[in-house]
Amino acid sequence: MATGAGSLMVVVPPRRVHPEVMAAGPTASSRRGVASRAAVTAEPAAGANGAVAEIEKKIIEAFEVFDHECNKTVDVREIGSIVRSLGCFPTEAELHELLAKVEEEEPTGYIHLEKFLPVMTKVLLDRSYRPIPEDVLLHAFEALDENKCGYISKEKLVKYLTEEGEPFTQEEMEDMLSTALDPETNTVHYRDYISMMTVDET
Amino acid sequence: MGSGSSVNANYKYSLQKSENAFKAAVLIQRWYRRYVARLEMRRRCTWRIFQSIEYACEQDQIKLHNFFSYLMDHFTPSSSKERDFISRMFVSGESFKEAELEKYCDYESMEVPDSYTGPRLSFPLLPDHATALLEAFKQKQQLHARYVLNLLHETRKHLKQLPNISHVSTCYSEEVTVCGDLHGQLDDLFLIFYKNGLPSPSKSYVFNGDFVDRGKQSLEVLIILFTFLLIYPKEVHLNRGNHEDHMVNLRYGFTKEVMQKYKVHGKKILKMIQNVFCWLPLATLIDQKVLVIHGGISDTTDLDMLEKIQRNKPRPAQAPSMANRLEFSRWVRQTVQEQIEWCRRLVDISESESEELTYSSMVSLTDLDGPCWTRQEEWKQILDILWSDPMPQEGCTANTVRGGGCYFGPDVTGKILEKYNLQFLIRSHECKQEGYEFCHNRKVLTIFSASNYYEIGSNRGAYVKLGPDLVPHFVQYQANKTAHTLTMTQRISRVEESAFRALREKLFAHTSALISAFKAYDKDNTGRIALSNWATAVESVLHLGLPWRMLRPQLVPSTADGMLEYKSWLDDLAMEQRSQEHIQSSLLEVIYRNRSNLETIFRIIDRDHSGLISFEEFHQTWKLFSAHMNIELTDDGINDLVRSIDFNKDGNIDFNEFLEAFRLVKQSQ
Repeated sequence: MATGAGSLMVVVPPRRVHPEVMAAGPTASSRRGVASRAAVTAEPAAGANGAVAEIEKKIIEAFEVFDHECNKTVDVREIGSIVRSLGCFPTEAELHELLAKVEEEEPTGYIHLEKFLPVMTKVLLDRSYRPIPEDVLLHAFEALDENKCGYISKEKLVKYLTEEGEPFTQEEMEDMLSTALDPETNTVHYRDYISMMTVDET
Repeated sequence: MGSGSSVNANYKYSLQKSENAFKAAVLIQRWYRRYVARLEMRRRCTWRIFQSIEYACEQDQIKLHNFFSYLMDHFTPSSSKERDFISRMFVSGESFKEAELEKYCDYESMEVPDSYTGPRLSFPLLPDHATALLEAFKQKQQLHARYVLNLLHETRKHLKQLPNISHVSTCYSEEVTVCGDLHGQLDDLFLIFYKNGLPSPSKSYVFNGDFVDRGKQSLEVLIILFTFLLIYPKEVHLNRGNHEDHMVNLRYGFTKEVMQKYKVHGKKILKMIQNVFCWLPLATLIDQKVLVIHGGISDTTDLDMLEKIQRNKPRPAQAPSMANRLEFSRWVRQTVQEQIEWCRRLVDISESESEELTYSSMVSLTDLDGPCWTRQEEWKQILDILWSDPMPQEGCTANTVRGGGCYFGPDVTGKILEKYNLQFLIRSHECKQEGYEFCHNRKVLTIFSASNYYEIGSNRGAYVKLGPDLVPHFVQYQANKTAHTLTMTQRISRVEESAFRALREKLFAHTSALISAFKAYDKDNTGRIALSNWATAVESVLHLGLPWRMLRPQLVPSTADGMLEYKSWLDDLAMEQRSQEHIQSSLLEVIYRNRSNLETIFRIIDRDHSGLISFEEFHQTWKLFSAHMNIELTDDGINDLVRSIDFNKDGNIDFNEFLEAFRLVKQSQ
């Protein structure tokens, strides 16, 4: 069809995209992240009931969001984000424990879906790493607020969170302060902060 | 000296206190890290939404194009008038010889009134002209059409004598700056010049295509780039991108922008630009070591061929290979049926007819007085350069998402780099979160210079500087003050909102298909579907490859029993869309799904880009469509149809009226 000089549109029959089948190993999928991702079609364990199948589909979806090369692997450093975005609140120590279960014998820096899926399914079924209810979080902040005045000074908060517990990196601390800190008083009013963050969650 | 027990008690108390502080800290950290992870997931999902919608839209364009292709192959004009109309409609007059073009786009007789306060250009251009233009555009002034045309003529003259592949050397100016897609975002260009300096004898620039479309100041970007090109021809290099193409411009906004800004002379300007685009060089080579192309490469990329071909020649007639002719026809039929709702039945092709067509098409393919390559081979080279994308896997496959070029793997990159003794490739064509990204083991660099491409806060833009050592240095930016003052959460929320709005619109556009898909899970016709099935159903209709279970909380209200009342959910979506649209129609959905297709059809029919179609044009087009879609309508019927849709009775049809036409016809069937 003549559409004039310089028109570079081309006629190419579309390729029927086949959904990836789980456990088939790295596939030669066509487009990174887009055309090759049909509906999650991974077959759940034989005999599993509907709830488990649904959980597995959720895990696979979350995993694939971080699977940049479309080969059923993710960088080990992203596992924390995946686990947490599935609704879990592990500590760093708990995360390391989980990693030990899903890593290869010789750590390659990558985690495979086939190892991750059963471990994560169990985590979700057992409801490990439960969420932190709002009131418990509030008590935690109050524990750091000696005078019980409803706010913590920036210096104090920084000291606690970067020196105690499982310390924040400087970046994490700055990020939190960017939302939590009231710049006029240099304090964090933790009740307000918590309610703002919890609204955001839903 | 206090009593022993109170010291002990104090000690115990402070020990417990520090234990509590430790526990509290762990809790807060644990909670916060989970919050950040969720935010990261949301950010990535949002990105995926935008990308998949963008690429799906590009696919639509291809399908529309294929539809026209099919029509062209099978329509037999019943009169010379119709024949003329068809050839006018589908051949956009590129056969304009140089002299004809100059005559048609003449500017010398155009007078510039004294009241005009914008910049006045004289040729040859000087650096002062560039500064004046930059200042004028900052003040939102418009360059007079006469100067625009003059500039375009001079640009064309200059580009014609350039080779297909530009050569840049870092020994003349110490550094070369390479910029990626700008897409009409003038603010980004200003920002680049502000941070990096204007082009000059000591500051070389390569602009790697896609200067126009999508952004609202494509013409200004083009004018500035062409101006600098003429002032500093040795230092400024432009590569053609896939958006430097009039068919793409029809759909993605550049044509519209020019016609809106230049109501009287827009046509001429567009004609000139169309021609100038054809003359843009295809690639740039830095120090013979770094190849800069807009899209990418393929396993058949041949730089020697690329250097020799005539880059401005019109594309050859498209025809599939003889062996696949029937399959192709069948596929085209299927594609059209899927995509264009109002084409119900298609004309059957007899075998003999198709054989004949094939033969004649094949004959037209060979260029008898050309070099040893066929036109098809030459065009494949250009398409690959302008449309390809890298992929992580090895190999080279057709780029079905874009409809042109390939996906090329690291092995292809390695092969081509070795063949031509290159160090790495620089390309653009794909939006990247940070404005740039390496792949293929740092052998391919993607550079993208349009910040906030999808939405404010969606991504940064970047440019890359290379010195004689050819080590890339990046500068990133984001051309919107608001983006800086927002917190990470706010930025993500904002972009997310935009993405979900677009997604909801897409869902609405597929209402009836969704209802059928849901019904398949709702055999008892309860009007409800399990949330777990919702995701599978939606993907089977939209084919966007999105993580629907992750997105579900934002699209569907949560329910106590995990069941969704899908009809009322879809009704809610409809209400949201209808409130934004004047057209009252129960088939709003059909129109929505085909809206951009129909708009493109409209613009193709609207040859003089006036925003209106005459009754005559509409009549001809309608006959064309109805003959092959088996929609029966006599001449009187068409006239009645035409009169009934001319709402404002001005004797012309504008775009909204055009949309209405399709609704009307579908109803009366």
